[in-house]
Amino acid sequence: MEHILSLIVFFPLVAVFFGFVINKDSIKTFGIVVTFVEFIFSIVLWIGFDTNNAGFQFVEYVSLIKQFGVSYYLGVDGISLFLVILSTFMTLVSLIGLNIKKDIKNLVLTILFLEMTLVGVFLSLDMILFYIFWELSLIPMLYIIGAWGSGQRIYAAIKFFLYTFAGSALMLVGILYLGYQYFIATGTWSFSIPDWHLLVLPFNMQLWLFGAFFIAFAVKVPMFPFHTWLPYAHGQAPTIGSVLLAAVMLKMGTYAFVRFSLPLFPDASVYFLYPIATIAIIMVIYAAMVAYAQEDMKQVIAYSSISHMGIIIIGTFAMNAEGITGAIFLMLSHGIVSGALFMLVGVIYDRRHTKTISEFGGLATVMPRYAGIFGVMMMAAVGLPLTIGFVGEFLSLLGFYKVNWFMTLLAGTGIILGAVYMLVLFKRSFFGEVTKQENRELKDLDKREFAALIPLVALVIILGVYPKPVLTTIDMSVKKMINLMQKKAVLPDTRKLLIRVNSVGGTK
Amino acid sequence: MISPISVSIDSLNIALLAPMAILSFGALAIICIDLFAKNLSKSFYVMLTLLFIFIDFTALIGLNGPSRGFFDVMLVDGISVLAQGIILISSALFIITALSNKPFKEFKKAEYYALFLFMIVGFQFMVATDNLILIFLGLETASLSLYTLIAMHNRNKAFEAAIKYFTMGALAAGFFALSSLVFYALTGSVELSVIEKVLNARNYAPGSAILAGIVFMLIALGFKLSVVPTHTWTPDVYEGSSAPLAGYMSVVPKIAGLVVAIRFLDIFLHAQIAWVEDVLIFLAVITMFLANITALVQEDVKRMLAFSSIAHAGFVLTALMIGSTQANSAIFLYWVLFMFTNIGAFTMLWIARHKKNLWDSRYQHPFTKFSGMVKVSPMMATIMAIFMFTLAGMPPFSVFWGKLYLIGTVVDSGHVILAVIMVINSAIAVYYYMKLIVYMFLKDPITEDGNIYIANSSTPIKVIVGITLTFTIVASVFVEPILGIISTLMKSSGL
Repeated sequence: MEHILSLIVFFPLVAVFFGFVINKDSIKTFGIVVTFVEFIFSIVLWIGFDTNNAGFQFVEYVSLIKQFGVSYYLGVDGISLFLVILSTFMTLVSLIGLNIKKDIKNLVLTILFLEMTLVGVFLSLDMILFYIFWELSLIPMLYIIGAWGSGQRIYAAIKFFLYTFAGSALMLVGILYLGYQYFIATGTWSFSIPDWHLLVLPFNMQLWLFGAFFIAFAVKVPMFPFHTWLPYAHGQAPTIGSVLLAAVMLKMGTYAFVRFSLPLFPDASVYFLYPIATIAIIMVIYAAMVAYAQEDMKQVIAYSSISHMGIIIIGTFAMNAEGITGAIFLMLSHGIVSGALFMLVGVIYDRRHTKTISEFGGLATVMPRYAGIFGVMMMAAVGLPLTIGFVGEFLSLLGFYKVNWFMTLLAGTGIILGAVYMLVLFKRSFFGEVTKQENRELKDLDKREFAALIPLVALVIILGVYPKPVLTTIDMSVKKMINLMQKKAVLPDTRKLLIRVNSVGGTK
Repeated sequence: MISPISVSIDSLNIALLAPMAILSFGALAIICIDLFAKNLSKSFYVMLTLLFIFIDFTALIGLNGPSRGFFDVMLVDGISVLAQGIILISSALFIITALSNKPFKEFKKAEYYALFLFMIVGFQFMVATDNLILIFLGLETASLSLYTLIAMHNRNKAFEAAIKYFTMGALAAGFFALSSLVFYALTGSVELSVIEKVLNARNYAPGSAILAGIVFMLIALGFKLSVVPTHTWTPDVYEGSSAPLAGYMSVVPKIAGLVVAIRFLDIFLHAQIAWVEDVLIFLAVITMFLANITALVQEDVKRMLAFSSIAHAGFVLTALMIGSTQANSAIFLYWVLFMFTNIGAFTMLWIARHKKNLWDSRYQHPFTKFSGMVKVSPMMATIMAIFMFTLAGMPPFSVFWGKLYLIGTVVDSGHVILAVIMVINSAIAVYYYMKLIVYMFLKDPITEDGNIYIANSSTPIKVIVGITLTFTIVASVFVEPILGIISTLMKSSGL
């Protein structure tokens, strides 16, 4: 278990090199085997994870450039553990569901490469290393959207790439500036997060640095008004691209908020609490309304992602254990649910080569099993109690209730609107008479699709009914982080707010 | 009566001249061999040249610490050794590309190799002195040889490029001479160290004369470094010359120019003359923006790379403005990393060189030529893509570390807004590098025949690509030792 994190990060990369010599016909099986082994590794990590230790575990540290303080530094805690498992799991599931034939070898190898970068982002404890994985993850996604997408795929791919690359450019300056501040304070260079956690920054500097990091994360999430790349990317991406983009890549942004913005800049985070919460509420309501107006199934789900990301942001900036834990849990549940929904849209797209809602109708009679699974996932997306979606949304909103009840109320309307657009989507495509002749002949789910979707359905129910093992592990690390924020806060107002939101009927 | 001058051989410190002497000897030897033995294979000349470069390199490694020699004309300090190292390594990488699959006239001629060696000698002299006259001599030796090398490519475009470069170079030489003249008139010396002392003692008066001297010098060096607004020759000259030579020109003359600029500007930056800094910031910013934005609309990969190399020069110009030890280290780190990647990228174009312009009436390497390359020649496309991403500063490839250290230096010196401008520029730049990648990976192929992309390839050239590629990819491991070498040498030169 000494080097399990390195193994998890670089195993897919090693597999890519071996994959180059494998024949095209066998490459998909190879991909599934590799991602399955990778998934097992992440489960082993969970088993070996000490649930009483809130700090970083399985830490690996090697200095890369000593003069400049850059190091190879990996570690996992309750916040990142489940995101790693989510990444490996969703990659596995999406590969099982994959049915693209064109250039399959390039695609599978690209996805394995993407998996490495995703896991690397969640496990890096060195800021430069984090930045490397963060940027590197763009390349495979660019290729996936651009080469296997539909319609204006190249435009969508470039837009996605440029948006995120330009967004993170400022973050690089922020990172270097923080590194320099650490150098001034201690006399040595370091870019490691645990080192930076010790750094208390003056309020003014926090504001600027928060801004520099914020843009990079906000583009990735994507937060309003930086969200315009997302519907495009989803609209043109192949199913597997959409699944990984929605399920894992969007979480990089929200994860980074929890991991960096809050503990590094506690005062600035509190200072910007209301503006950001306002943006998040706009995201929730506006994206839900836009989703309602969509004619394309995939776009509905793409906009619903933006809406859900808004609730994650709300939970994150609740600044208390319930809110942040809920937000992280919502990241997991949204990953599973949106991934499943994109796969389901992919299923129908494979059969009919259209995603327009009006082309369907009465699918429930033709494809009962498909309709059943779609129904479960839709309920989870809406946030029905006893499904996975409920837990995260409820905790996020509960957490923010302590900050401001009125804003929570507004954000809560997002759930109602979510029910509206999802149920309308479901009604229009699954109920009523079968109007189109082509739809009468559609085949129900086959074995491959079942194999990919059933684990997702199972997780939706199991974690919806009994989320405790996951929640306690997350909660433990979140509380440690909140403590750190309180210690580091330089303004009395910040400390007051942190104490207020964390005490009323809360965990203490 | 003039008293006899007695000079001991020791005080001349002849060893400092050894690197240049070796190459001059090599050049003469090549000419002599050509007199007696005609029709020697180009591989013979290439290997002979390589051999002399190798001997030169070993002689260079022997030098350490700042030492003067030859009546204080020579100055071999840390940056000089570093720059000579960069010059020699890129020369070695460059000359091997002559062993291409397709025959070219210039490579059959012994003069080509002799001129090449003389050019290196010129550049070496340029960085191994702080005497303005010797710098001038080195500069002109190198430039005149370089003009001829370009013209020997023997295409109409090549002649045009050579003439254009020559005219512009002559203008630059004029400005250099003017600047030297001004400083000689002011101080009675052409040695930068003496100039600094005299000016310092006089508190940098009269301002107007110094202004003229600095401006003339900036124009002259600006031509060599292709800094906006003296960059106009660059894309045309690169387009006209052969691809590896263009790559070579984007690295070697610039590092020589950079060293002169470091030595020269050091005087005025230390004197806290505020406007020098402002002018340099202005030049750096305008160079980055203009080059990056112009690169966006290029239709030819070589021209795009020409503008990209201008933008990279603008990038290091920011460090020139700071002038600290860390900043100078950043310049060299950046340039070493950039050298491998850029030479690799241009060599890839060289491999893809095809006799006929199949795609465009004017350009050799239009973007459309590379459409769908991944389908017909996946290996080449991937390598090219890695070079492009590296030039764009994508982590964890080589140039990223240079960029990181450079921007870090700028941030440390308190110019945060400049750092922001730099990252904005790298965000702009990523678009045009990506354009090539988009063509290669996302468009449909225009041909089924993958051989057009490797028409000019040969084993030695593949080795060059292999070396540069390996270095580019695993740079993360090399950065620490390189930075170690650079800072040791830098400390000893006291800049």
